[in-house]
Amino acid sequence: MLEVKNLHASINDKEILKGINLNIKPGEVHAIMGPNGSGKSTLSAVVAGKEEYEVTDGSVILNGEDLDDLAPEERAHKGIFLSFQYPVEIPGVTVTNFIKTAINESRKAKGLEELPAKDMLKLIREKADLLEIDRKFLSRSLNEGFSGGEKKRNEIFQMAMLEPKLAILDETDSGLDIDALKIVANGVNKLKSKDNAVIVITHYQRLLDYIVPDFVHVLHNGKIVKSGGKELAFELEEKGYDWLK
Amino acid sequence: MNKFTEDDLKKELETKEYEYGFYTDIEADKFPIGLNEEVVIAISKKKNEPEWMTEWRLDAFRIWKEMEEPDWANVNYEKPNFQDISYYSAPVQKPKLDSLDQVDPELLKTFEKLGISIDEQKRLSNVAVDIVVDSVSVATTFKKTLNEKGIIFMPISEAIQEHPELVKKYLGTIVPKTDNFYAALNSAVFSDGSFCYIPKGVTCPMELSTYFRINEGGTGQFERTLVIADEDSYVSYLEGCTAPARDENQLHAAVVELIALDDAEIKYSTVQNWFPGDAEGKGGVYNFVTKRGLCEKNSKISWTQVETGSAVTWKYPSCVLKGDNSVGEFYSIAVTNNFQQADTGTKMIHLGKNTKSTIISKGVSAGHSQNSYRGLVHIGPRAKNARNFSQCDSLLMGNLCGAHTFPYIEAKNKTAQIEHEATTSKIGEDQLFYCNQRGIDTEKAIALIVNGFSKEVLNKLPMEFAVEAQKLLEISLEGSVG
Ligand SMILES: Nc1ncnc2c1ncn2[C@@H]1O[C@H](COP(=O)(O)OP(=O)(O)OP(=O)(O)O)[C@@H](O)[C@H]1O
Ligand SMILES: [Mg+2]
Repeated sequence: MLEVKNLHASINDKEILKGINLNIKPGEVHAIMGPNGSGKSTLSAVVAGKEEYEVTDGSVILNGEDLDDLAPEERAHKGIFLSFQYPVEIPGVTVTNFIKTAINESRKAKGLEELPAKDMLKLIREKADLLEIDRKFLSRSLNEGFSGGEKKRNEIFQMAMLEPKLAILDETDSGLDIDALKIVANGVNKLKSKDNAVIVITHYQRLLDYIVPDFVHVLHNGKIVKSGGKELAFELEEKGYDWLK
Repeated sequence: MNKFTEDDLKKELETKEYEYGFYTDIEADKFPIGLNEEVVIAISKKKNEPEWMTEWRLDAFRIWKEMEEPDWANVNYEKPNFQDISYYSAPVQKPKLDSLDQVDPELLKTFEKLGISIDEQKRLSNVAVDIVVDSVSVATTFKKTLNEKGIIFMPISEAIQEHPELVKKYLGTIVPKTDNFYAALNSAVFSDGSFCYIPKGVTCPMELSTYFRINEGGTGQFERTLVIADEDSYVSYLEGCTAPARDENQLHAAVVELIALDDAEIKYSTVQNWFPGDAEGKGGVYNFVTKRGLCEKNSKISWTQVETGSAVTWKYPSCVLKGDNSVGEFYSIAVTNNFQQADTGTKMIHLGKNTKSTIISKGVSAGHSQNSYRGLVHIGPRAKNARNFSQCDSLLMGNLCGAHTFPYIEAKNKTAQIEHEATTSKIGEDQLFYCNQRGIDTEKAIALIVNGFSKEVLNKLPMEFAVEAQKLLEISLEGSVG
């Protein structure tokens, strides 16, 4: 589904990603771990197409198509979803209005009609229930004054609404309390299928108890320095990163 | 890359054409250019006005001649040559109509192009519409329903004939001829506009609406609007405007006077979309407008405006809170793009006890435009326990535009409570990327963010017009990003 080949990317002439290789197949869950500043968020932003980053070498291929020429929204239309480490606020735009716009813009790109209001409402309710989100929450301004955990839950709500092919969850667990973590992880698991894939970026093994990875990769200084099965996460939890440097 | 770069967007923004830039071929009866006493008399004659009205105009003209065009506003433009303008332009077919069937089909087509098919408005939105094309009201719909309630809603030219006592009593009492340069000019040469009277205790059952449109080249438009809400009455009034795209600057100098008697309420909403000029700043409407309302005891006047058009805007809808416990409100969104300049705001003059005012101003600037808020809160010595809350928010796109805030406060009573808040923000790359990542392109993302920013004001518009206003915001900002 997603192939990252020898990816090099820099910002302001500073190289952050220094030759990343990843191969993700439908139905798989990959975890990416690694110390602060190692380039995890950068990798997700580059895959999502953030313009500030310059891809200097290598490529990102989604279902056989090189994404290099595609704008972020076009990548989104192709099924890439990024749950942000730091979701941004959009004052005055409600959660409902935002997700409605996102869904309809994606539909438009696929040549579909807008989703009728009735169906939209039904879908919103269904997904809000899945993630145990209070209805009142949906009419608040997007991320404005949301607690850290609320922001993360809202990201996964949007993911549930958009049903992406490839979801990248960038530290979605940080800020979530123990109960919320279970709810969110459960939500992610329910959305999983043999046709889609998930990349989970996290610092803690705990999340991986709920969202069980097929592969774990360690990113260090812009490179994947080790890959393994889910047991690698336990090893990291125990030993830290020093032994890999 | 397929995605807009900042430069692409700028280019597109510059080539964005004015949506309503077309010209309808209706025969126009146009005065020769220039202004002197003869022209003023001729305008008055043309309209069959009684002598008192002619005298009133001449008096205004003499006052105007002695005045100088003000230049304190934060705007820069080439002063119009007032002898180079035609002061009267009426569609030749000047009918008094009872139904739409009698309207010139060309004109109806124009309205359709504008998306304000009266038919549809009649059906869908329960709106009575008075339309001023260039200078003369062509059709007033819904007259009958209003008649039954004793509501008078007609072109002011007709009101001068049919209700001279009301016109004489109130015209120029809120905005005197001596008020300012443009108000004096308007008083001398105003061609038409709307007149509205709501009798005691009557709640007007529908939105009243006037549509202004400048059609003829080289003409000025000077409407005069007078709304009187008698004791304990209520009316909601909307004015909309468009002008075709022209190279030369067109002058628009309107005067609006509102009178809310004891316990009355007037809600006055404006959606202003005059031609803003092209990407180089050529052409566009000079919009110099004086709007003011007087509040008697326990009354309320609420101004809501969505200003997206005009090359230069100079406009301060104000409230004189004369009666005790009266309330004034001002909700404004002003969007400027390319080389547009707007200097707009309000004056809240607190004279009575326990008077209250609220000012919410949202300015959005893009391109090379300049957007200024200018507001005065005046608390008179008798205005015990007066309260004001002001909030001025600016949103900037790019580095070439400007947002400015000029709040003036004069408090002559110690019990006054005045609060002022101001914020300036920019549409951030991170906000845009977030939207993009969710499948929303940059253009749509800007519209979404601007609509969110303007929400408090959009919410104050009558439902039927809120949607239109939202679209207008989108259109006027298409392609702009920083
Ligand atoms: N705009 C920028 N200018 C300069 N350096 C940047 C910029 N953006 C990111 N970096 C640098 O790139 C490196 C990788 O950052 P990134 O956010 O990808 O790390 P991360 O692995 O996600 O870390 P964390 O675990 O703390 O979230 C960091 O050293 C960071 O300072
Ligand atoms: Mg990170």
